[in-house]
Amino acid sequence: MTTMRSAAGLCVLLAAGAASAQYSAGGIKVGLLTDMNGVYSAISGPGSQKAAEMAADDFMKANKDFAGKVTVIAVDHQNKADIASNKASEMYDRLDVDAIFDTVNSACALATSAIAAQRKKVFIDTGAGTSELTNEKCNKFTFHYAYDNYMLANGTGTTIAKQGGKTWYMIYPNYAFGQNLERQFRAAVEKNGGKLVAPSDATPFPNTDFSTYLLKAQSLKPQVFGTMQAGADLVNVVKQYNEFGLKKQNIGLAIGLLFESDIAALGQDAYQGAIATVPWFWNLDKAATDWSAKFEKAAGKKPTFDQAAVYSAVTQYLQAVKRAKTDEGEKVVAQLEGHKFNDFFARNAQIRKEDHRTILDVYQVQVKPKSEAKAEGDYYKEVNKTPADQAFTPLSESKCKMAQ
Amino acid sequence: MQDGAVTLLFIQIFNGLVNGAFYALLSLGLAVIFGMLRIVNFAHGALYMLGAFTAYALGEKFGLGFWASLAIAPLSVGLFGMLLERTMIRRLYDLPASYNLLLTFGLTLVIQDGVRLIYGISGQPYAPPQQLSGATNLGFIFFPTFRLFAIVVSVVVCSVTWFVIERTRVGAVIRACTENPTITRAFGIDVSLWVTAVFGFGSALAGLAGVLAAPIYSVDPLMGSELIITTFAVVVIGGLGSILGSVVTGYAVGVLVAIGSALYPPIANTLIFILMALVLLLRPSGLFGLQEAR
Repeated sequence: MTTMRSAAGLCVLLAAGAASAQYSAGGIKVGLLTDMNGVYSAISGPGSQKAAEMAADDFMKANKDFAGKVTVIAVDHQNKADIASNKASEMYDRLDVDAIFDTVNSACALATSAIAAQRKKVFIDTGAGTSELTNEKCNKFTFHYAYDNYMLANGTGTTIAKQGGKTWYMIYPNYAFGQNLERQFRAAVEKNGGKLVAPSDATPFPNTDFSTYLLKAQSLKPQVFGTMQAGADLVNVVKQYNEFGLKKQNIGLAIGLLFESDIAALGQDAYQGAIATVPWFWNLDKAATDWSAKFEKAAGKKPTFDQAAVYSAVTQYLQAVKRAKTDEGEKVVAQLEGHKFNDFFARNAQIRKEDHRTILDVYQVQVKPKSEAKAEGDYYKEVNKTPADQAFTPLSESKCKMAQ
Repeated sequence: MQDGAVTLLFIQIFNGLVNGAFYALLSLGLAVIFGMLRIVNFAHGALYMLGAFTAYALGEKFGLGFWASLAIAPLSVGLFGMLLERTMIRRLYDLPASYNLLLTFGLTLVIQDGVRLIYGISGQPYAPPQQLSGATNLGFIFFPTFRLFAIVVSVVVCSVTWFVIERTRVGAVIRACTENPTITRAFGIDVSLWVTAVFGFGSALAGLAGVLAAPIYSVDPLMGSELIITTFAVVVIGGLGSILGSVVTGYAVGVLVAIGSALYPPIANTLIFILMALVLLLRPSGLFGLQEAR
């Protein structure tokens, strides 16, 4: 015990030479655990890694004390929860990673969150949707950034229902994310006076052909066809939605989770008129556009909102480390909790202390036709803005034990 | 009400036939290759994906439309298949089946990653040709015109292939090449050339299915890996190597899945494998397979 104390004391003394702060071996290590090659790698992947590196570099430039102290590593979880779990342990234990970011896949996010709680190290999820992260499965070391299923459903469902889209038919991929999102959408639609004309259909995941459901939609004639599919599945749904001419039959399209890469995969005309909710898009305003130009220069393409969120989250984390004067998990958590901020990504943002949900203004967007696009990738027309305090699960409805 | 349900069922059967058209084309290619060369080609899905990407690239780089691609893409994929056969597949004929699996599955990964390096993981846009875009009123339903076209192509190609292999001299030569290469060689026929041609033809069929799929499904590097699993189940149900079997089963499975997804979606994809398990239990050589000792 005494030896350990004196060893610790020695470390403190050594560290004190540089700055009066204490950082773990190897300085501050930012870890990215995400899909580097698979279906979600266009949304996150190498682009997220680039964003994290940019955040670290910018932070070190602005804070000379930290020069050379922040490093970024990226690890692939291959969209498998068991691999995510192993890799997260390895990152915290062996690679001295202080905080893990992104994860993009809900199952991987939940696995990582459990490891973070065990190791008492920070985990900030930007890319996964499941709202369980800040509800049933919340814990002291897990933070949820950018978006979640509640925000998507509440934003899109409410906006469309208020615009007069009262009759709905929905399909969802049959796994955790899809089931959760469908439930949230149904609740939002019904709360705003809409109704489902038929029970939602669970489609196999992954799936290529959705003709059965599109034909069903033709005969049900709802005002809105809601799809909770994501990634390649969503691209298939939208492609076939156009093929079956549903728009011409006045059946509108509501999309649960839409990324810029999904639009690029079909061209924006295929999505024209579709409504979705996003926390950010690259040409939202000047701050966003300026940052995106920097990102595009470094990464060779425009950022997705997940990649922008990674930059923002890493920056917030590093600033919390700076305030805490240490990278020790519990102390950084204390600095993050309740923190209010504004940056190029998050407006009127606050990291809620009660459930670790980061709230921010979110946007209901409608995909505009190519003819109205002013630049490559100019996809969205903002139709509504939901203020931060209304966009996310109200604390009174939170199932997070920390909130109660 | 009763009337509505019948219409709905009818629509789904029809819709299933369209999906079946793809299963039939793909499993036909697999069946031709297996029936003639005794090679289970796990790279078939990757060749299908290559067909779609060739069509996309032809449009992107040379401004060629769907009709040109419909001819060029299967040809290119066929040639690529022949190259694979000459350089690699050829070496499998005398080796145990596990080498077959390793090589063709390995090829799949290489081809997929190659395409991903160039085009990235997310999909690429591909529109149906002007003449076939939009929907046709069939009286009971509006149906995408392009899908009607796909079904016609599939039926024609499948019938012609079956006819050529089972009923013509060319088919007789091909069958002779595989059943008894030594004697066939004695008749002055260049067996190795025919074998390459057959593999090329099987690959071209995959390429054709790929071009037809490009306007309907997401064109991405992994598009083949999904479909190939179902296709293998189709081939097993139909009887490995049976041309008629794979075509008929292709259409039947399409209908089965469509009805399944209309009635109870979660079971749709499982239905195929339930059927496959039943067939393997009761009639291991498949519905149309010959009782062959192998």
